[in-house]
Amino acid sequence: MSADVQLEDVWIRFGDFVAAKDVNIHIQDGEFFSFLGPSGCGKTTLLRAVSGFLAPSQGKVLIGGKDMAGIGPNKRPTALIFQNLALFPLMTVWENIAFSLEVKGMGKADRRKRADELLDLIALPNQGDKMVNELSGGQKQRVAIARALAAEPDVLLLDEPLSALDLKLRQHMRTELRAIQERVGITFIYITHDQGEALTMSDNVAVMSQGIIEQVAGGNQIYDSPETAFVASFVGENNHFIGKVSECDGETVSVETPSGVLRARSVDRNGQKQLQRGDDALVFIRPESLGFSDQRPFDNVLQGIVERQEFEGNFWQVFLKVDGSDRVVTLSMVNDGRSVGHDVGSRVKVGCNADLAVALPLGPMAAE
Amino acid sequence: MTNYWKDFFRKNGTALGLFLLLSVAVWMLVMIILPQLYMLDFSFRANVPPPQWGTESHVYTLEHYKYLIYGNVNSTDAFNYIDLGVFGRTILASIFVTLIDVCLCYPVAYYLAHVARGGWGRLMVMSLIVPFWVNELLRAFSFKVMFGASGVINNALISLGILDQPYDFIRENVALYSGLSYAYILLMIFPIYNAIESLDKNQIEAARDLGSPWWRIHWRVVIPHAKPGITSGCTMVFMLTAGALAAPQILGGPSSLWFTQLVYKWFNNSANWARGSAYALVLLIACIIFVLLMMRFFKVRLGEIAR
Repeated sequence: MSADVQLEDVWIRFGDFVAAKDVNIHIQDGEFFSFLGPSGCGKTTLLRAVSGFLAPSQGKVLIGGKDMAGIGPNKRPTALIFQNLALFPLMTVWENIAFSLEVKGMGKADRRKRADELLDLIALPNQGDKMVNELSGGQKQRVAIARALAAEPDVLLLDEPLSALDLKLRQHMRTELRAIQERVGITFIYITHDQGEALTMSDNVAVMSQGIIEQVAGGNQIYDSPETAFVASFVGENNHFIGKVSECDGETVSVETPSGVLRARSVDRNGQKQLQRGDDALVFIRPESLGFSDQRPFDNVLQGIVERQEFEGNFWQVFLKVDGSDRVVTLSMVNDGRSVGHDVGSRVKVGCNADLAVALPLGPMAAE
Repeated sequence: MTNYWKDFFRKNGTALGLFLLLSVAVWMLVMIILPQLYMLDFSFRANVPPPQWGTESHVYTLEHYKYLIYGNVNSTDAFNYIDLGVFGRTILASIFVTLIDVCLCYPVAYYLAHVARGGWGRLMVMSLIVPFWVNELLRAFSFKVMFGASGVINNALISLGILDQPYDFIRENVALYSGLSYAYILLMIFPIYNAIESLDKNQIEAARDLGSPWWRIHWRVVIPHAKPGITSGCTMVFMLTAGALAAPQILGGPSSLWFTQLVYKWFNNSANWARGSAYALVLLIACIIFVLLMMRFFKVRLGEIAR
């Protein structure tokens, strides 16, 4: 069975510190949902509120439509995978996996059988009699998943479970986790500060900052149409230009910046227009959206000097000092085999079209 | 090995190195090994007055050990039921006291290690330690007063209407067991506390999250982790309780002797040091065997206890 999770007007306070501010999220049944944000943004706190280790100061947590107030973590249809996995080192692998079944009073033979089935599911057959510490990091990871799945939760909660693994294994486990989720079909709620993980695995991502949900959307929408300056600066690389809105034309706005007038797409938030004439605004342009304008005409043109460039195989990374801006602007260009680097110090024109630039109200940005 | 010593002296300097080596050697030899060897030798010798020590009459004999087992040669009993009985009761009562201490200290240690926060925890530790500034004799006597026929406890129970006449806590050994349990309680709490403190809190939460009720969390996660600490506490409390003298002397009922009191009697009242040595050694060896058996039973190694 699987269930949806609703957070309704959830506030969580620790003394004067507000860890979650008026959070409203509906996580659909069977969805792979991620909370993405820098450390300390309140995402783990929210997860603890869902698992029942923490009661919200205000608001409700509903799982499968049922209010969870007063229901402890051992009575909730959730299973949590801890950041450090928290496997029981004094039990064998199969006893770890079957712990929730032991709690339910299942006989030893049945427990063993179920544990072996789960070991097959996580591709660790015949490893049940090992001690946990005899396993590698990735194997422990999978045992933790099996232990949580053995409890047959409606919702699986994962608290940065991949952070202790090395890069290769982490990338492998992403695919694995997504595959397991599709196989068992239950709701996964995943906490991470790694945007790669969030974007590759999730159906929907909630970006959090300082206890506030900045945006909830699918990965590509988060990336292409960020709704706040924080999301635009936190997810992926982004160049930004500060200016004032001089013209509104439907979806497109013109922003006057020291580097020139930039035309950009204004992104709505909760169905509301965010920018009007005279507002302070930020224009975000992704490095891969910028191109050299000697090759084609652009709505927005920036002039500057090539400061340095890096060749990374499949693309070039060009760093520019753009007129009117102190910040280094990055341009990345796919290496099509014919592209040649520009000389350092040479004066160039770069640009992008209005639909690839995003204009947002001035607001706090992610720390670099 | 020579490298080890070279390293040792390089690290500590010659003066400090020599001091450390000598003090440990003197401690081991003079304080521990020699007296015990002396006792061992004594226990196998005839009981003769000091002027005759080392003379021909100071012969080796098994008479003291035989006495403990068979009793007086003139006795009609097959065994020395009285002394063996005291021995058995001492061991059993020490086990009992150890069990009481485990049951009392485990929850306290768990609370201190995983529940209490900041000032409250420190206050609890203080209130555990400070009472032990009071010396052992005074504590034993205060227990005697407290449990006496007109002591606080009897008075309270009578005024609450639970008893209609004073209960003889001393004769029934309640005072003795309470006193002994209290005497070594810190030696139980701190090893268990240390062991539990090193347990990752996430493991407790993981067990809870997997549906476990609190008792199973303790049974399957906390206690197995704390086992070396529990065993360490148990061995110390058991050894010290079995070897206690002041508390049984003061709080013991008139009909219940502690084995150490027999040892004391042979040394002091009966001036039979040889027999006293034999009795003391038997107690020591019995305790060691018992502790080693417990460690094997609970599958704990000596190294784990020392942690």
